Amino acid sequence: MTNDPRPYAREYKGGQPPYLHSDYGSTVKRAPKRGQIRLEHTLSEVTGPTFTSGWAGPEMADLTRQHSGEPIGERIIVAGRVLDEDGRPVAGTLLEMWQANSAGRYIHPRDQHPAPLDPNFTGAGQVLTNERGEWRFLTIKPGAYPWRNTHNAWRAQHLHFSVFGPGFVTRIVTQMYFPGDPLLAFDPIYHSIADGAARERLISAYDPGLSEAEFALGYRFDIVLRGRLATPTES
Amino acid sequence: MKLIPTASQTVGPFFHFGLERPAWADLTGGGKAIGDRIRIEGQVRDGDGAPVQDALLEIWQANAAGKYDHPEDEQEKPVDPGFRGFGRCATDAQGRYAFTTVRPGRVPGRGNTLQAPHVNMTIFARGLLKHLVTRVYFADRSAANESDPVLATIDDPVARRTLLASAGATEGGVTTYRFDIILQGDGETVFFEA
Ligand SMILES: [Fe+3]
Repeated sequence: MTNDPRPYAREYKGGQPPYLHSDYGSTVKRAPKRGQIRLEHTLSEVTGPTFTSGWAGPEMADLTRQHSGEPIGERIIVAGRVLDEDGRPVAGTLLEMWQANSAGRYIHPRDQHPAPLDPNFTGAGQVLTNERGEWRFLTIKPGAYPWRNTHNAWRAQHLHFSVFGPGFVTRIVTQMYFPGDPLLAFDPIYHSIADGAARERLISAYDPGLSEAEFALGYRFDIVLRGRLATPTES
Repeated sequence: MKLIPTASQTVGPFFHFGLERPAWADLTGGGKAIGDRIRIEGQVRDGDGAPVQDALLEIWQANAAGKYDHPEDEQEKPVDPGFRGFGRCATDAQGRYAFTTVRPGRVPGRGNTLQAPHVNMTIFARGLLKHLVTRVYFADRSAANESDPVLATIDDPVARRTLLASAGATEGGVTTYRFDIILQGDGETVFFEA
C-alpha cells in the first residue's frame, strides 16, 4: 500500500494540438522529434503554485481603466468559469490574459504591424477565480492582425489566456476566439487541434445576458482543466 | 458526464507584456529562503541551433527540506514561508534564462521510492502549440540520480544526461548550474508526456 497521489487524466486523441503542425511554420524547427517519456504523476506533478491575493484589483480585471482615458474600440465583457473535466469549479486560480488592441496591434516592441497603438490600452489583465470558479474581464475587442506565416495570413481575433489550476500538470496557455469570425477557417493555429469539439471549445459564445445595455457586448468562455482519476492506477 | 478539456494554443511571440514578471526569476525573495542558494541558467535553442528568444520558462520545486508548498503535500516537513517554489523567466535576445533559487530537497516518488533533487520545468514559446515539460536534475548528485525512479524510465543514457544540470562556478556561496534546452535535433532535451 503506497500513498501515491491520484493521477490526472491523460489527453484524448486529437484533443490537444501536436508539436509539429507544418501549416504553422514556427513549429517546424521547434517541435521535438524524439518521443516523449510518459511521466507517472508524483507529488511533483500534482502540486503546483497557489495564488492568493493581489491579483483582483479593479484595474487588473478592467482593461479599459488602466490609463487616464478610455481605449478606442468595441467594449466587451468576457466572463466564464474554470472547471475540471467533471464540471467541478476550480476556485482561487490565477488567470492572466493579454491581447492586441482594437486595431490589431500589441504593445510589444517586436510587433511591427503598422496599426496604431492606443495610448489608453495596454491589453493585459489578471484575475483570480472565485469560489464558484468564475472570472470576468471588461476589455476591448481585439482586432485581427497579419502574421508572416504564409502570404497574406491573418490571425483570427483572439485573447490569450494563461491558467494554472491546482497542479503542475493542469497548467495551460490557450487562446479564446470569437463566434462567426471568418478568419477562423484559415487560421492554422486554431486548426492545429484535430478534434472538432475540442476546437469549438475555444470559441466563446455571445451571451445577451452578459451584455450590458448601452455599454458592452458579453462573451462567455469556460475553461476546462484536466480532471482527476477516481482511484490510483498503476502504469 | 465528462467535459472536453480546453486545448492548448501557443503563447505566441508577444506574451512578454502580459506574462513577464521579472521578480519571479528569483525564487528566494532576495535571499529570504532557507537552504543552499543556487542559480540555474542556460539557453534555449531550436533545431538549427539558433537561440529561441521568445520562450517563457516556468519552474516548480520543493523547498530545501523536500516539501512542496501545496495542500496536497502532506509530508511532515516544514513549509518555508520565504519560499513558494514557483518561478518564471522569459528568454532574452540570445535565448538565455536564469533563475535564482535554493537546492530542492528530495521528495517521494511513486511506490515508496525517493526522487533525486529536481526542478520541474515548463517551456512555452512561439511555435510550441502546447508547452513542453522537462525536469532539471543536478549532475553532482549522482548517487541520488542513480536511484531516481523517473530518470530510470529513460533508457538511453545519452538522452538521460540532457536532464543533468552541470555545476559551474560558486560565487558568494551561490553555485551556478548550466541547463540548456534543445528543442529539436542533436542533443535534444528529454521532454515528458506529463
Ligand atoms: Fe496573439
